[in-house]
Amino acid sequence: MKTAIETHNLTVAYNRRPVLWDIDFQVPEGQLIGVLGPNGSGKTTLLKSVMGLIQPSSGYVRLFGQSLEEVRSRISYVPQRESVDWNFPISVREVALMGRYRKDKLMGRLSREDHRLASEALEKVGMLPFADRQIAQLSGGQQQRVFVARALAQQADLYLMDEPFAGVDAASEEAILTLLQDMKQAGKTVLIVHHDLHTAHQFFDWMVLLNTRLIKCGPTASVFTAEHLKQAYGGQLTILSQVSDLVKARDFPIRERSFKDQPK
Amino acid sequence: MSDFFTFSDPNVRLVTVGTILLGMSAAIVGTFTFLRKRALVGDAIAHAILPGVCLSFIITGDKHPAYLLVGAVIAGWLSLLVMDYLSSRTKLSMDTAIGAVLSVFFGAGILLLTSIQHSGSANQAGLDQFLFGKAAAMTRQDIWVFSGVAVLLLGLVLAFFRSFKLISFDPAFAKSIGLPVRRLEFLLSTITVLAVATGIQAVGVVLMAALLITPAAAARFWTDRIQVMVLLAAAFGLLSGLFGSWISYTAPSMPTGPWIVVLLSLIAVVSVVVAPQRGIWARLRLQRGNARKIRQENILKAFYGIGEAADAPVATVTVEALRQQRPFEDRALQLGLRELVAKGLLHKHGASTYALTPTGLQESRRVVRLHRLWELYLTERMNYAADHVHNTAEAIEHVITPEVEAALLRELDHPILDPHDAVIPYQNPPKPSDS
Repeated sequence: MKTAIETHNLTVAYNRRPVLWDIDFQVPEGQLIGVLGPNGSGKTTLLKSVMGLIQPSSGYVRLFGQSLEEVRSRISYVPQRESVDWNFPISVREVALMGRYRKDKLMGRLSREDHRLASEALEKVGMLPFADRQIAQLSGGQQQRVFVARALAQQADLYLMDEPFAGVDAASEEAILTLLQDMKQAGKTVLIVHHDLHTAHQFFDWMVLLNTRLIKCGPTASVFTAEHLKQAYGGQLTILSQVSDLVKARDFPIRERSFKDQPK
Repeated sequence: MSDFFTFSDPNVRLVTVGTILLGMSAAIVGTFTFLRKRALVGDAIAHAILPGVCLSFIITGDKHPAYLLVGAVIAGWLSLLVMDYLSSRTKLSMDTAIGAVLSVFFGAGILLLTSIQHSGSANQAGLDQFLFGKAAAMTRQDIWVFSGVAVLLLGLVLAFFRSFKLISFDPAFAKSIGLPVRRLEFLLSTITVLAVATGIQAVGVVLMAALLITPAAAARFWTDRIQVMVLLAAAFGLLSGLFGSWISYTAPSMPTGPWIVVLLSLIAVVSVVVAPQRGIWARLRLQRGNARKIRQENILKAFYGIGEAADAPVATVTVEALRQQRPFEDRALQLGLRELVAKGLLHKHGASTYALTPTGLQESRRVVRLHRLWELYLTERMNYAADHVHNTAEAIEHVITPEVEAALLRELDHPILDPHDAVIPYQNPPKPSDS
């Protein structure tokens, strides 16, 4: 299996407080991968650093063996639903069309093909009948499906989704799950931040179990064990969080200057 | 009035066109300021421009609009940087940063303005008009420069409309697809600073936030489409600029800027009150409609209850019997009875006796059915105790739409009895094979 995502020594701090320590993992292509861990374990931060939205303090990320800039058009990002203002005065279709925006075309109109792909994506999540609604008029699950449609419209190979099942009704969950299976059949890789342990082992082929440090990464059967879960959910390591607090309080750098990041 | 609107006086024409352009560009740029929830930042920038204008006059000794504009833009940008720095690098929150920057920059501006006025420079007259605007006193040169900038801003916003829309709605996603978000934000901020710097010609530093934000805020009440919102905001900017100029033309002692702001505020107030759906009036009407529906449905239910107990569904019922069935408020009961007679759901037989019409019976069955279905749903699906469901069902029966009713019937498989073993009335009295 080829590697879709790999991180090396990834360390990230917010306001100087480290939230991810030395994360090293690889996940293969063509799988549904769950990122699991308790609240505040750095799941979203991991996703954001893979997507280049946060500058890591050290370490680096490779996607399909290349840097993010080289493969950006093959990567699609679905932010948390709460991260935007759903009262924003735009329609469902306009959000889906945003998946067709390109960095080298900031001005001008989108093509007929772009419109077709956006409609097709909305169709796949069952939101085409709502295309002309204002986004505030949707339920939480429908809003989430619109976000997924926007990602589909990007026609990427790797999808990074932040809590797509949070606050979602049963119908929307079903729609998204079916879609994920279809995407897997089509050879896509999907990395999903997920908070619900009860459903996790049914949803995912692979898992990345986190709690500030990496607990375990691998096929679901090997990760989803009582021992690993206890390690992840049994609370923060006391000394580790003490050290994190010290780093923040004294304003220490998380890496010394002489530290070299990338090989070669 | 006619004098003004023929626009025969070239000077009037020029001033009016200039004022309208400034108003429109501020309104369109302000739509994005509003949508990005940066209204107060816009206000702070407007105030922070004053020291820039004063300094550029002190340095150049000239009131050429281009010089003043450069000073204004530099000061506006500096204030933005300071606000961002304070809120991101210190423990101060954004509102503190905005407040501090606004007052410090404005204070410095007033200080400089005062010292210029006392310097005895012959050229300084008119600089104080930056405080409240000087639309009517704009020179030909001013108007050409500022209108040029306004047109440029309009063009930029139109060209980058799609991108600005995305970075205002979801900057993280914009960054994820590789859009140069920082550069676009820089562009949008620069456009905002320029719109503010030109807009203060018309309304002055103190009132500028109104020109920037009010049109967008008013427009938001009328539409859910950003494209329509921008056009409406521009139209509001245009109208206020036009009529502001007219007022100060017909009554020369009236200042243009404050009038523009007053007109904008009027438009905003009208929007808040009468806009469909979102406006106060529409909400009141909706609530009154709800109250009417609840009133009528409760009376119908009382009729049904009396008929059910007597096993005589369309029997004549006295008002007294209705009161015993349910503690109605007297006025509401009388009003509701009149409404129901008018709608053809009740017959009036005597002075205070009524009976359900066939349609009225159908309608009363519907309300009771919804009540009992909801009670059943609460006990069956939500594990409520049977003696705890009545009050909830009293409220929910008025809310349930035909679609929800259909879903309830499917989910509960067309039940016969409610949790209190009362029969659930169907439109066509149930046949056992019906479900």
